[in-house]
Amino acid sequence: MSKPVRIKDFSKGKGALSEITAKDEIPLPPPFDKPEDTPEFAPLKDKAKNSFTLLDNTIALSLPNPETKEEEERLVNLFLSGLRKCFSEDDNWTFLQPMVMSMEHCAKCQTCNEACPIYEESGFNDLYRPTFRSEIIRRIYFKYIKKASTWVHGDVDLNWTTIARLLELSFRCNVCRRCAQTCPIGVDNALLTREIRKIASMEMNIQARELHQDGSALQMKVGSSTGMNALVLKDNVEFIDEDTQKKTGLDTKTPFDVEGADILLIHNAGEIMAWPENVGAFTTLFNAAGLSWTLSSDVAAYDGINYGVWYDDVQFARVALMHAQAAKKLGVKKIVLGECGHAHKALTVIADKVLTGDLNIPRESCFVTLRDIVRSGKIKFDPKHNDFPVTLHDPCNTVRLMGIVKPQREIIEAVVPKERFREMTPHGVNNYCCGGGSGFAIMSGHNFTDWKMHVPGRRKFRQILEAFQGEDWDPEKPKYICAPCSNCKGQIRDILKYYNATQKVGLYYSGLVELMVNAMVDANHDPGYFDWEEMSMG
Amino acid sequence: MAEIPYVLAYLAIAVFMVAVIVRFRMWSKMPMHMRWELYPVAHEASKAHYGGSYLEETEWWKKPREVSLMGELKVMIPEILFLVAVKEKNPKLWLRTFPFHFGLYLAIGSVALMLLFGVVEAVAPGALATANLVGPLQTIIVIVGVAGLAIGLIGALGLLHRRLTSPDLKDFTTGADLFNLVFFIAAFGCSLATFWLVDRDGAIIMGFTTNLVSFKLVALQGTGLALQLPLASIVLMSLLTAYVPLTHMSHFVGKYFAYHSIRWNDEPNLPGGKQEPIIQGLLNRPISWAAPHIEGDGKKSWAEVCTTNPFEEKKAKKEKKAKKEKKEDGK
Repeated sequence: MSKPVRIKDFSKGKGALSEITAKDEIPLPPPFDKPEDTPEFAPLKDKAKNSFTLLDNTIALSLPNPETKEEEERLVNLFLSGLRKCFSEDDNWTFLQPMVMSMEHCAKCQTCNEACPIYEESGFNDLYRPTFRSEIIRRIYFKYIKKASTWVHGDVDLNWTTIARLLELSFRCNVCRRCAQTCPIGVDNALLTREIRKIASMEMNIQARELHQDGSALQMKVGSSTGMNALVLKDNVEFIDEDTQKKTGLDTKTPFDVEGADILLIHNAGEIMAWPENVGAFTTLFNAAGLSWTLSSDVAAYDGINYGVWYDDVQFARVALMHAQAAKKLGVKKIVLGECGHAHKALTVIADKVLTGDLNIPRESCFVTLRDIVRSGKIKFDPKHNDFPVTLHDPCNTVRLMGIVKPQREIIEAVVPKERFREMTPHGVNNYCCGGGSGFAIMSGHNFTDWKMHVPGRRKFRQILEAFQGEDWDPEKPKYICAPCSNCKGQIRDILKYYNATQKVGLYYSGLVELMVNAMVDANHDPGYFDWEEMSMG
Repeated sequence: MAEIPYVLAYLAIAVFMVAVIVRFRMWSKMPMHMRWELYPVAHEASKAHYGGSYLEETEWWKKPREVSLMGELKVMIPEILFLVAVKEKNPKLWLRTFPFHFGLYLAIGSVALMLLFGVVEAVAPGALATANLVGPLQTIIVIVGVAGLAIGLIGALGLLHRRLTSPDLKDFTTGADLFNLVFFIAAFGCSLATFWLVDRDGAIIMGFTTNLVSFKLVALQGTGLALQLPLASIVLMSLLTAYVPLTHMSHFVGKYFAYHSIRWNDEPNLPGGKQEPIIQGLLNRPISWAAPHIEGDGKKSWAEVCTTNPFEEKKAKKEKKAKKEKKEDGK
């Protein structure tokens, strides 16, 4: 158990309030149960320690301290101005009701704490209680905005230290909403995390660089957060097509900008750069099933990411509109989201209250489209080709936040031998986040990767190991983690690398469509769709 | 003087009702928000048991949605009566909060029966006596009331103890949180003492509620404790009734919206449907967020801001500037 952290200390000093240490960590299951199986948490560099107001022993935002009293006052006022706007029907119609609900009705019963993998994996560190940051923002609101009694609502001092730590603390939550699921009253601490990030971004112009400058802003500038423009995109996809065709012997020509196609498929462009086999598999399956489909090469529309969903309503709406405009331009009947959880939720569910008129084009999960391909019988699958242990990671966005649980399992049933599939515990709508949720998968400044791997990622690694208990841990015998989401895949890649799990025990990861193509009767099976050697190199 | 407890009770009921109506109106008048549902959604008829949704269906937008009221009731009733979520996730707290809430429900039930008794007496005087129902009704009301107060008191004492001693709760507990529990303990304790010491058959309190509903402001009878305890109970219970909806304990109103407007609100915005004009109205609202990528000035609308691409514009501006410089160099 870590040293208690008190709310009254939150506004004091500049040093870390608490630190994650190896002794607080719960041991992992075998064969990673010895302390030396977990790499050490690298300390922050002295320069970083001296330059920033610290929350714990990592940094996500790198916020410089104000140099003058006036500058501090300006930042405090900006924060308060943003907080005030969170309660405005004009500025925050988007989330006003959930915001007020979560601010006014928490009974502070702490029932939600045990649902939070970050709190548990941190050794029950007070700082990471889902209620901790909510309590700080709530006290600021009641004391400084509503001018209510601190005897009723609790006290907190407001200065740069409070704000810097609170913004940093908003990047210690995956926004997975497990806590909200357990709240008997309906309070949503994850929503408050997001609202804090919104105040920072939309009023103070403070964002995680990876999500904004290198994320949604870059996507709107060149077309994709990967930095890939349309020309490079088409080149890359052509190369993927050739490579996939060589592997499978099947038609792999990806259609671009086909007007009047039934489906606009939107991939997470990260797949094109990091996991081309995913893109190739989609093309193979859609072509083999005879679907009328296309990709778009319009700015932002070939990248399904929408990082605004984690920090900024305006950036979110802009990207959602760009996706819908591309679909409208092509005149498609529906948009199908590729294997990317947050893209699913962003465009299907949240953007539901942004898209109207001819931009209100139906959106469908690829799991449903792929499940229908399986059901149609247009492609023959033989599960024997996937004769290795398989477990399925559920992306929070598609299960807990969208209720898409069965289609992906129906597909697995068709392409993986029954006795080879192992569910994680818990799974479906009660799953645990991969640890990369809310943007963490792409954030790695300072020693943030260590924090990700020692705290939220450790829970997912624990689940993976538990799912494969009883299997042969020989590294030559692959054990497959099916992670049908680009961000989750990135996080699981990093977990396996961090714990050296591929080399040590033969854990591999990839998506759902790859399993499908590997099971296609008509595809080449020598050597098959998976190149374990190449995959072992990350 | 005789009117004071009656006036207090009327005022308490009025404050309670007004506060609840104001709260209800506040929640129901809030603008439509982005969808933020959380699964399992209880009204998903055949899918709620595993947390599934209509989004699992092929071309879901073409199919009628199956919304099951029974599914909602199956979740809501046990949740309200037995606090299932707390039982599963926080059993230590449940041992205290369940008796507190359940006791409260029983006490409310007892008061409701007393008021109903009073209404019948006012509308048809002597009818209950003729039917030999006064005695059995009094017994039921007293048993339910005493049981409720006793269970609620145990729960409130347990919650107070936990708030004062649990390291999980201490740092989050304010003076008002403690006061609220002490208030309940005082009101429940005093009412229980009234039943136990001076009003075992409930005649004094039922006489008061009967007078209350028939607007007969007859002074309470008795001397010493026989008068002081019922008076103190009426005063404390009246103040508590008025106080609760003014605090965060009004979550009994909010909870309805937390579930129906947020957590289970999966109503899709279908093309050409009734939501589209509402959304268009919301997108025409002004925006004043100040960050440079938004530059909301309180006049521009969400629609205007969200259909601009400042990052693209920056690029265009840069290109224009570079062209101009090139042109000038050429000269």
